[in-house]
Amino acid sequence: MVWTYRTAVSIALIALLFGINWALDQYVIDYIVRIIMQCGINAILAVGLNLINGTTGQFSLGHAGFMAVGAYATAFAVIHLESWLGFNASNIPAPWMQGLLLSVGLLFGALFAGLAGLLVGAPSLRLRGDYLAIVTLGFAEIIRLIFTNTEALGGATGYSGGRPLGLPVYTNFFWVFLWAIFLITLIGNFTFSSYGRALRAIREDEIATEALGINTTRMKVLASVISAAAVGVAGGLFAHLMGTIRPDDFKMDRSVAMIVMILVGGLGSVSGAIIGAIFVGVTLEAMRDIQQYRLLAYSLLLIGLMIARPQGLLGSRELRLPAFLRRKRGGAA
Amino acid sequence: MSTFLQQLVNGLSVGSIYALIALGYTMVYGTLGLINFAHGEVFMIGCYIGLYAAFWLGYDALAAASFSPMSATLVLLLAMAGAAIVGMLIERLAYRPLRGAPRLAPLITAIGVSLLLQNIAVLAFSANPRKFPSIITEHRLEFAGVTITNIKIFIFAVSILLMLALEFFVKKTWTGRAMRAISFNLPAAKLMGVPADRVISLTFAIGSALAAAGGILFGLDQTKLEPLMGNMIGLKAFIAAVLGGIGNIRGAAIGGLLIGVAELMTAGYISSGYRDAITFVILIVILLFRPQGLLGVVRQEKV
Repeated sequence: MVWTYRTAVSIALIALLFGINWALDQYVIDYIVRIIMQCGINAILAVGLNLINGTTGQFSLGHAGFMAVGAYATAFAVIHLESWLGFNASNIPAPWMQGLLLSVGLLFGALFAGLAGLLVGAPSLRLRGDYLAIVTLGFAEIIRLIFTNTEALGGATGYSGGRPLGLPVYTNFFWVFLWAIFLITLIGNFTFSSYGRALRAIREDEIATEALGINTTRMKVLASVISAAAVGVAGGLFAHLMGTIRPDDFKMDRSVAMIVMILVGGLGSVSGAIIGAIFVGVTLEAMRDIQQYRLLAYSLLLIGLMIARPQGLLGSRELRLPAFLRRKRGGAA
Repeated sequence: MSTFLQQLVNGLSVGSIYALIALGYTMVYGTLGLINFAHGEVFMIGCYIGLYAAFWLGYDALAAASFSPMSATLVLLLAMAGAAIVGMLIERLAYRPLRGAPRLAPLITAIGVSLLLQNIAVLAFSANPRKFPSIITEHRLEFAGVTITNIKIFIFAVSILLMLALEFFVKKTWTGRAMRAISFNLPAAKLMGVPADRVISLTFAIGSALAAAGGILFGLDQTKLEPLMGNMIGLKAFIAAVLGGIGNIRGAAIGGLLIGVAELMTAGYISSGYRDAITFVILIVILLFRPQGLLGVVRQEKV
């Protein structure tokens, strides 16, 4: 019974996305579509980062590094898959095949970014607060410097798979939002499961949580891996939207932008993260003409927010669907 | 062998600049438990103040040699004073309203302040790199196959002098004792009548002045300055402070020198592309195996 319901919802959702994708293609200029896609990618970034920074309370300043790993791994996988399957400039894959290639690439992106999350998280999550922030920042810098110094991946000039036109632009509305909905649902469910409760307990008091018999290190590393994998997917979508990726795309400003997203919406709130992601995506574009003041405005926003409303827009509360739209579930909230 | 000695000399000179900046991090962390991310930007601003001060004092690029040592000293002092004011303003406007807030809020604010100063600097000084005036004429000395410039010796000497002065100040004066009291236990220090806000403000002023001194020395050494340079150098200096044991003044000095030498050894023997990476590797290794730093003391966490 549950399965048929879920299958129906999924199919309806896919059809809806497909319809919107078609409509956007027909009636809306590319520029707007691009902003919408950017907001979707931001939403994945924010929800991913929020799992570790907000829900678990382990402040990472280095998620740009995981995004870089995801972007490079996805691009690398897509490029090699294509040449393995015999696609080239004169034999371009069909649109459905493009999406499939991208999605397989994104799986690789998630895998490698998750692995990076494990490698970074396992040792560094023993540290707390600002030390953790600095160590994650250090790891992100190391990741960036490795990409900068790896000639096989294009070095400092960036990776375009050795193609003059850059990486194939396969990211479109449909795939961004399919992945976004998938990942947000996944992380949302995780956040409100017993695991998520353990993560929130760690945020409130780690020692007490440990005393209750929860393996806090394991939980923190698990959250770190999931968070990194999600951010890696966003990186892969970003790579195939931009057409080229450079190590300098993943500097500390990128991590700070993600942090702004989750702070605006409210640290620890999934829906808040999405609101923040859209806010950042839209304001970034709105301020395109006054670009030199953009980061200035960001930094003032950051300082003002911390002094006036450190909990962000929603705090750790969630926006929920109005009661009449919610499906009754037996007991579980 | 001569490569080794050459890199050692260069490393000590760069390292002493890191050490000067690290002192500011360590002092602020010692008193407030805050990583002052904006400290690297104070260093950058100090550097720019020095640049403008030099021109204001009549520096002429065509007749650089005629710039007197007296004026050069004045440039240093003006930069230190200017940066001290900037540091106190940052503390007053951004950090003091958050005293007593949860730990993350000041950290995020500090990142915000750092971004803010970077962007103000881009607007005020333009993003293009500027050449720092050579207010001291460079002389080269050849010594056993190693080139040492008078500037490198000057950098090392000034840094050591300033560090000794700070050590004296913190250990021997009333205000220094107040600083140590605050870093040991803020509420208790307040109860003993230490004017905490004033002392913390002074801590920022001194730390910023030292960063500005580092900025002038950096300008003399590297000659190129840009608004975003404070970011990476600030991070390295912070890592130096962590390496030495954060909150520990001698530790910061040793950490700075070690980082400088490690960096140039990597550049000399491995690849200059990994010059920046080695600092972060050191950070990660030290935090994983000796989080209290080389000279730090373990503070047991109490439940």
